[in-house]
Amino acid sequence: MAPVKCYPPRPEKVYFFGTCLIDLFYPEAGLDGIRLLEREGIDVLFPQDQTCCGQPAHTSGYHEEARSVAAAQLDLFPESWPIIVPSGSCGGLMRTHYPKLFAGTAHEKKANEISGRIYELTEFLVHVCHLRLEDRGQPEKVAMHTSCSARREMGLAETGPALLAQLGQVELVEQARAAECCGFGGTFAVRHPEISAAMVEDKTLAIEAAGAERFVTSDCGCMMNIGGRFAHQKKTVKGEHIASYLWRRTS
Amino acid sequence: MNAENQAFQPHPVPTYSPREFHRQAHDALGNPQIRGNFRKAMDGLMTKRRDSFEGWDLETLRELGANIRMRALAKLPDLLEQLEANCQANGIRVHWAEDGEEACRIIREICEAHDAKSVIKGKSMVSEEMHLNAHLEAAGIEALESDLGEYLVQLNEQTPSHIIMPAIHLNTDEISEILHEKTGTERTRDVDYMTAAARQQLRERFMAADVGVSGVNFAVAETGTLCLVENEGNGRMTTTVPPVHIAVTGIEKVVEHLRDVPPLYSLLTRSATGQHVTTYFNMISSPRKQGEYDGPKEVHLVLVDSGRSSIYQDNELLDTLRCIRCGACMNHCPVYTRVGGHAYGTTYPGPIGSILSPHMMGLEETRDLPTASSLCGACGEVCPVKIPIPDLLVRLRREAVGEGRGNVPGAGVKRTRKEAAAWRGFQWMATHPGVWRSGTAVVGKLKALMPARLGAWTEYRTAPKPAGRTLHALVKQHQADKPSVDTPDKDQP
Amino acid sequence: MSARNAILKRLRERADGPLVAPECDFAVVTGRDWSPDERLARFERWITSVHGEVVHTTHDDWGDALARVLADKDVRRLALGREHPVAAEARLALANTEVELVDVDRDIEDWQQEQFERVDAGLTSVGGAIAETGSLWLWPTPDEPRLISLVPSIHVAVLDAETIEDTFFDVMERHGWARRMPTNALLISGPSKTADIEQTLAYGVHGPRELVVLVRHVDADTEESL
Repeated sequence: MAPVKCYPPRPEKVYFFGTCLIDLFYPEAGLDGIRLLEREGIDVLFPQDQTCCGQPAHTSGYHEEARSVAAAQLDLFPESWPIIVPSGSCGGLMRTHYPKLFAGTAHEKKANEISGRIYELTEFLVHVCHLRLEDRGQPEKVAMHTSCSARREMGLAETGPALLAQLGQVELVEQARAAECCGFGGTFAVRHPEISAAMVEDKTLAIEAAGAERFVTSDCGCMMNIGGRFAHQKKTVKGEHIASYLWRRTS
Repeated sequence: MNAENQAFQPHPVPTYSPREFHRQAHDALGNPQIRGNFRKAMDGLMTKRRDSFEGWDLETLRELGANIRMRALAKLPDLLEQLEANCQANGIRVHWAEDGEEACRIIREICEAHDAKSVIKGKSMVSEEMHLNAHLEAAGIEALESDLGEYLVQLNEQTPSHIIMPAIHLNTDEISEILHEKTGTERTRDVDYMTAAARQQLRERFMAADVGVSGVNFAVAETGTLCLVENEGNGRMTTTVPPVHIAVTGIEKVVEHLRDVPPLYSLLTRSATGQHVTTYFNMISSPRKQGEYDGPKEVHLVLVDSGRSSIYQDNELLDTLRCIRCGACMNHCPVYTRVGGHAYGTTYPGPIGSILSPHMMGLEETRDLPTASSLCGACGEVCPVKIPIPDLLVRLRREAVGEGRGNVPGAGVKRTRKEAAAWRGFQWMATHPGVWRSGTAVVGKLKALMPARLGAWTEYRTAPKPAGRTLHALVKQHQADKPSVDTPDKDQP
Repeated sequence: MSARNAILKRLRERADGPLVAPECDFAVVTGRDWSPDERLARFERWITSVHGEVVHTTHDDWGDALARVLADKDVRRLALGREHPVAAEARLALANTEVELVDVDRDIEDWQQEQFERVDAGLTSVGGAIAETGSLWLWPTPDEPRLISLVPSIHVAVLDAETIEDTFFDVMERHGWARRMPTNALLISGPSKTADIEQTLAYGVHGPRELVVLVRHVDADTEESL
């Protein structure tokens, strides 16, 4: 697997940016991410003043609001420790869009500096922690859904599957058109609900057809969408954030 | 078959409008035929594209493609003048049009000067953009499409649903029915039979045509050369058989050097249809010269602006003009794949259409297009000239809600007091960590943010339940439970 | 102000100021360094993959090969040039066959209907070929006009094996195209085709249904070694 950037040696401490979706809907996934890092002997700092990276406003075109929200996060990471984000889409925004968002403003330098320290959780576990996992769970067929931001914006198509591949009892199945979007897209799902529904319908059918009992994802938006569709149809396929899945099977 | 007997009266009705995107998308989603046709076609095209780049250093080639296009844009006014001078020196007459209407008028006047009654057309999206056929028909000049897909779409009184494969929304049975209805061929699933019938029908028309109208894929400033990419040969027919050839193109299609062409051509065919090369690459540098026995005696080039010089003003929007019209962005777009090209209601559908059409038609008309993307990034990933399409979609969303630079027509049209207030509320909460930490209360308030269509979420999916405790709270608890840690960070009071 | 001047003025007075042109590195489209055998193999593989037919022959025997191809395909009337050595030799080789030779050095206006309806095949020389894509390149001349490689149902092209080059870029650069573009320059890669009916390939939609490339080799032994 080709690393997408130059990775530092394993640090003593990291910052954890939980993201608003995890904060409000899936806090356990965040906590499990913290636990995985702590188990590697890393001290995890969670700035209590964090809120949201600003993405919902950003992708909706509310530029000023997005910038203001993003600016409120810039002072939360004063030391030079890496910043771990358990989401490809928030991580993608912070790494690739913060510099552009603040270009030409007083925050430019800080935004550039912060963006260079952003790591998506699975990326950090694979490339910096060189995580080794010992599976303690039951045999299970699992499909991985890598979010579009993780895959394309951050170039992390392989870190999630690489971690799952270490779980001896887990059979990783690949759904048809695995790289295709699940249809979440933040406000896209509410602005164009029917198109989004058609996309998530195809995604759930593909995951089911692959024989997966569970799908694992590194983004809670996708999980909310795909899992919500499965639940709505009263299907038994459950979704889980990869941090929770890894923690649950290895602790 | 006699051309007179089976003449039909094409009257292109503008059935689709970008204003009706939601309704048109709804109709397409409910049409299993459309869904099936597009899914099958797009799956095939994606596979073919991937295979066709096998063994290539694709990133380096895309980088080169992007740089060639950027260099051309950097020198655009100079190159247009150079193109004009070299074309004129070669005997090609050059015309300039501010917009589609002016371009139509120029083309009509050339036709009229030759007393032309019949125009045969090669594939040209610019001519679609300006509704040239309707304009010529209104002046009593018949305009017949000769690209097979365009011909079928015209017979069916439709517009193209894809910029490269105009009839991709139709399947074999539908096409058989159209040909049967409009031209009297047998109903069949035999593609060779249908192709042969169309060949026969169109050959009559090529011979009879007074003027050929084509598009241009690349216009080379250095040599005054017009390049056309095609498989069928109708482009060569259109530009060689009638006594007059009119090429029409956007001002951004110019490239500086002849050597800029091979990399772009290679990127174009592989990205568009997964072909390593097309059947024909047709390079036209002059009308028929003294002593030559065929080819048009007059060649005209019509350069159309239609909003392009406005896009050109802005450093970010400029990237839109790098486009070489391969259609890979639509082939890879999960939204386009679901709703097809007509739902967009624009000449250029899919991702490139959603970043191009607002400049041509205004954001009022195209307000729903920039949001018609999940920003999955597939379009930007495959773009052969590396146009950051998702970023440009976001930029147009900004313009639509009045938080951009205000330099796109219709800027601010989507801004409503209610939605703006909701985002200001979000901003206030997300910049007041104390308020934010009150967790569930925030969630309750966030619900007010969602547009009225939130109800649709629960039509297809179970709504997520806000967690009892936020991550903020869980982490506090977690840290308190830990036996001993280093001195707490200053961020964690 | 004319449209021309108004457009150019807007482009020149660009709101965000002048642009800097990036450097372009063309290494990725050149420098293949294929051997003659590799070139030939690639050319043949690609052009046959798009339905082109390749017939290997020699400079000495190619007239017979041509006669065989025409007989096999039941070509009665063949359009061809007069002065190019390919045309001149073909005329000699076909003199005693059933094939009727159709002269093309006359204004198309005088024989359009005949060309469209009563010519079975067109014969042309080519400037050379491109290994990377399996393409022929042609610069039509008064002797071999544009439409004879397009209108008849069969196009027979005569290619000398040693004129196959690596890439399109190489051909343009080595032959100095930019200094001397003809009225019409063409790449031809296979017969006319379409996939507009549900992505099903069909040939001969407007142009030739068949493309036959007679590849002439210098050495008589070459034919056997292939």
